[in-house]
Amino acid sequence: MSNIKIGVLGIQGDIEENILSIAEALKNLNLQGTVESVRYSESIAELDGLILPGGESTVIGNLLSIQGNIFQTIKKKITEGMPVLGTCAGLIMLSKRTYDKVVGETKQKLFGVLDVVIERNAFGRQHESFEVDLDIPILGKELFRGIFIRSPIINNVGESVNILTKLNDKIVAVKQNNIIGTSFHPELSTDRRLHELFIKDSVEFSKN
Amino acid sequence: MTISLVATEEERNGIKFKNLHNEQLVQGTTLVKRGFAHMQKHGVIMDVTTVEQAQIAEDAGAVAVMVLDKLPYDVRKAGGVARTASIKVIEEIMNEITIPLMAKCRIGHISEAKILEVIGVDMIDESEVLTPADEENHIWKWDYTTPFVNGAKNLGEALRRIEEGSSMIRTKGEPGTGNIAEAVRHIKQVNNDIRKLRSVYFDKDEQELIKFSRELKVSYSLIKETAKLSRLPVVNFAAGGISTPADAALVMNLGCDGVFVGSGIFKAEDPEQRAKSVVLATTYYDDPTIVMEAQKLVDEKKSLLGLDTKSLELRMQERGPMI
Repeated sequence: MSNIKIGVLGIQGDIEENILSIAEALKNLNLQGTVESVRYSESIAELDGLILPGGESTVIGNLLSIQGNIFQTIKKKITEGMPVLGTCAGLIMLSKRTYDKVVGETKQKLFGVLDVVIERNAFGRQHESFEVDLDIPILGKELFRGIFIRSPIINNVGESVNILTKLNDKIVAVKQNNIIGTSFHPELSTDRRLHELFIKDSVEFSKN
Repeated sequence: MTISLVATEEERNGIKFKNLHNEQLVQGTTLVKRGFAHMQKHGVIMDVTTVEQAQIAEDAGAVAVMVLDKLPYDVRKAGGVARTASIKVIEEIMNEITIPLMAKCRIGHISEAKILEVIGVDMIDESEVLTPADEENHIWKWDYTTPFVNGAKNLGEALRRIEEGSSMIRTKGEPGTGNIAEAVRHIKQVNNDIRKLRSVYFDKDEQELIKFSRELKVSYSLIKETAKLSRLPVVNFAAGGISTPADAALVMNLGCDGVFVGSGIFKAEDPEQRAKSVVLATTYYDDPTIVMEAQKLVDEKKSLLGLDTKSLELRMQERGPMI
């Protein structure tokens, strides 16, 4: 079995929580691999999979454009098929367009690789943040505990986008080939099935 | 380096159930409140007093803004009683920016805190920068759906605040002085306290361990949890006196999860540049070349001149309840 290399974008947000989730998921899958925080273009080029963690999307976007050519490297790798998992802020970064529920259109920097439109802070401010059980068929029958923190929702999904789950009528997780995006934070729950799904994609990618 | 997000959930007034058609949402749980603080990690939270400052902070890459009536430096100069910020200013800023907004209430002032919760601020700072309203008690923060951040000078204070329901800790430092020395002292104090606790725990000396609980006036279970994690069980930021990119990198190198900057940005003469450079140095704190680049963006002649913390009339870190 090959040694897969997973990176967690280490600019801002819950980086360590994602590293821990991947380490646990690798163990659950009985796979050999490494996971580390990545902040430089060179280390991103070598990855088999990348996580864009939760945090503040404006901050992450801002710093990505200041520091070297990380932004271009990530975009190129995703276009070439490298699996990527974006949770909350990470989902926003992946989208082709984003607007804020209160402020409207935002001028933030996006990768624009996921064919969806994102509404930021769609459930309201922090005191409206919540936990809820989600039915995500691709992960099996058991419900998945979704932790939503000032979460965005997904609108206007393109043809190549699979909807993984909805909360009521609102789309909160999608998969478009190598790209997985969630409104909630799987890294804050104890359930590792979403990270495992992403790792399986990364293993496939590493074989090419 | 993991942080416990799954605390035992007791009956708490801050927990709310909300039905969204067929789904039952739970709000204000420990996980949701502490989780919010986790999203701030590796970021810079900036003190602001106006919409213009909030906009500058957001554009510079602040992870959140903290709204006050006066910056800590001006609180010292003005004297008198410092209270929570004007509701109108908080609302104006809320309508202009997309990043989270925090605001301060006075220590023990449950009514100011409830007001902030009703407006919808994302986090409440029960802060010694404002004049304490209760000299005996802090707020019982489990009663709120909104998460709280509290200041601490040592492990005992930090854990007592966590036991009262705080979801995030920051060092007290000495706000409004532009002097990092007190923040460094508090970070090292907490680190050293945890180091002692850890060695006793891993030696399995429970009799010695319970003495920590008695000395620090914290429950034995929280002492054990902290010892096992070998760090504070919630996100821990540095605050009080951070003025330059190098200051931010220093406190990050000491193990903090992120930084609060108060007077250091908007009391300097180059706030835009300074805000950007502090953000950059916080993310790349362990890369001296990038910290140098960040430091190059600021002019030392434009830094807040600062105050000697030994000859202060008002030591904010000493204010409020002892327990």
